[in-house]
Amino acid sequence: MSAPTKGPAIETAGLTRTFHTRRERDVLALRGVDLRVERGECFGLLGPNGAGKSTLIKILTTLLLPTSGSARVAGFDVAKEPLAVRHRINLVSGGDSSGYGILTVRETLHLFARFYGVPWPEAKRRAEELMEITGLGPKADTRMSGLSTGMKQKVNFARGFMSDPEIIFLDEPTLGLDVEASRAIRSFIARWVRERPDRTVLLTTHYMVEADELCWRVAIIDHGKILALDTPRALKRALPEETVFVVHLAAPPPAGWDAGIAGIESAIQQTHPGTGGAELRLTLREDQVIGEVLGAFRHREIPVLDLTKHEPSLESVFVSLVGRGLDEADAPDAEASA
Amino acid sequence: MSREPRTFAEVLRMNLGAVTARASVRIVAAFRERSWLIGETVFPFLSMSTFVLVYRGLHAPPAFEAFAVLGGAMIAYWNNVLWSMASQFFWEKEQGQLQLYLITPVSRMSILLGMALGGMLATTTRALVILAAGLWLFHVPFPLDRVPGALGLFLLTLGALYGLGMILSSVFLLWGREAWNTVTLFQEPVYLASGFYFPVRALGTLVASVAGLIPITLGLDGIRQIFYGDAARGFLPLAWIVPIQAALLVVYLFLAHRALLTMENLGKREGRLTIRGG
Repeated sequence: MSAPTKGPAIETAGLTRTFHTRRERDVLALRGVDLRVERGECFGLLGPNGAGKSTLIKILTTLLLPTSGSARVAGFDVAKEPLAVRHRINLVSGGDSSGYGILTVRETLHLFARFYGVPWPEAKRRAEELMEITGLGPKADTRMSGLSTGMKQKVNFARGFMSDPEIIFLDEPTLGLDVEASRAIRSFIARWVRERPDRTVLLTTHYMVEADELCWRVAIIDHGKILALDTPRALKRALPEETVFVVHLAAPPPAGWDAGIAGIESAIQQTHPGTGGAELRLTLREDQVIGEVLGAFRHREIPVLDLTKHEPSLESVFVSLVGRGLDEADAPDAEASA
Repeated sequence: MSREPRTFAEVLRMNLGAVTARASVRIVAAFRERSWLIGETVFPFLSMSTFVLVYRGLHAPPAFEAFAVLGGAMIAYWNNVLWSMASQFFWEKEQGQLQLYLITPVSRMSILLGMALGGMLATTTRALVILAAGLWLFHVPFPLDRVPGALGLFLLTLGALYGLGMILSSVFLLWGREAWNTVTLFQEPVYLASGFYFPVRALGTLVASVAGLIPITLGLDGIRQIFYGDAARGFLPLAWIVPIQAALLVVYLFLAHRALLTMENLGKREGRLTIRGG
């Protein structure tokens, strides 16, 4: 069975999925999705509820058949070679819990390792490591029924990594988790990808910060169509909104301070009569120009009190493409039933 | 990274690992959650006692009291097949857990077999408690020298019964939310039709024949005949029961495999495998 080890981790071509409903019209959950995720990449899929994210993940994880088009995971066709795909993937869906209330956390992780043929010593080592990283260590011998929702979700998250998959699908992995737990999970994902350059993560999330922090490339999906796909940086740069540097100075700079700095596109100065300081809002052709700006102040012995960079966020990219924020009205679509 | 098995032996080892893993959940549960043990032994024991006392009050032959004791023990298996086999995939889906099984690289039959094996082992404790209590309290005749033969038929019956449970688990999954009602619908009528507390012959040839599709019916009939001979008032000759049970085992396992494939393919086409509450 094992053959393809080259080529992209995930590749879809013209992928569509229609759900036939008894009461309503048919729902087109995916409309010709073309996607290519390279091996070793942490790829983000952003979209509101009903956008088609979960439908796409279910097709890629062999839980759903596409209506038309093709999808390959690790080089294998998800419809024709599902078993080969399953050997190489795992899935974590946020908000779900895995395992049985009667089992302890440790037993739950061991249980799922056995479904992937992970040898016992390896399963034991991985379970201990994952419990340590996710903060489940002190709860290792607690029954699942005695865990909080957040803890159960952490177990579900750890379960997904027990098989040490080639490609992991993380569907809203931090949904409903508190800030600290979300941060721990994000740092685990970042570390996992860093330490295993041949592994691939496909992450769907509602949280822009999460996508921005973790993903090398991001696809924005709405109503079953991919609207944009690029690095977070490139997506943000494509916006008409510009990056603004705000510099707080101890004293207003003299006129003509910027003479000779070619990369300044605009500079708006505001003085603070009370403190005697000044605020400069600078739009630069390139980020590196800020070095010359700071050099000019140093040369004139004007202390810089504070420097901040205001970039367009992924949120603004999303709003500009979709026409609404992630938390606003969700697409009236099939995802809830997918 | 976990290595993909390449040889038949590796595939077999992986699937056997899945069978024992899924079975272990049931066994752990049976011993860790003792309240279930009480609930599932006390009530069948009370029903069984009622029948034993009625038979005793009517001065029925002692073998009749033994029928009730054996039937009381076997009820535990039927309840287990209904509540923990047939409806299990449905509940797994409701908890969002079915998809975790379906994305694993092991055969779905391994997962079902694990559920069945675990269920059998866990239920055997309950059945033994009921049987021992019945024998000890009511002093019913129990020829120990016939135990090996009865045990052979009992194991064949269990295989066929859990094969039926495996079919039902796929069927119930496709029926969806009506599973609970369906389970209830099947429970009591089968107590009657399978002759748990009386010789099934009393129901007449037609009803007993149809009830024979549930392996516990002919299994009980045969086990009673092994223990008590003609006094068991058997429905079919023992020589017929063994091959019938063996055939049911093969047919039900085959149908379970087909039902699983159908369930999975239909679910994947219609998106029903992961719909919760759907």
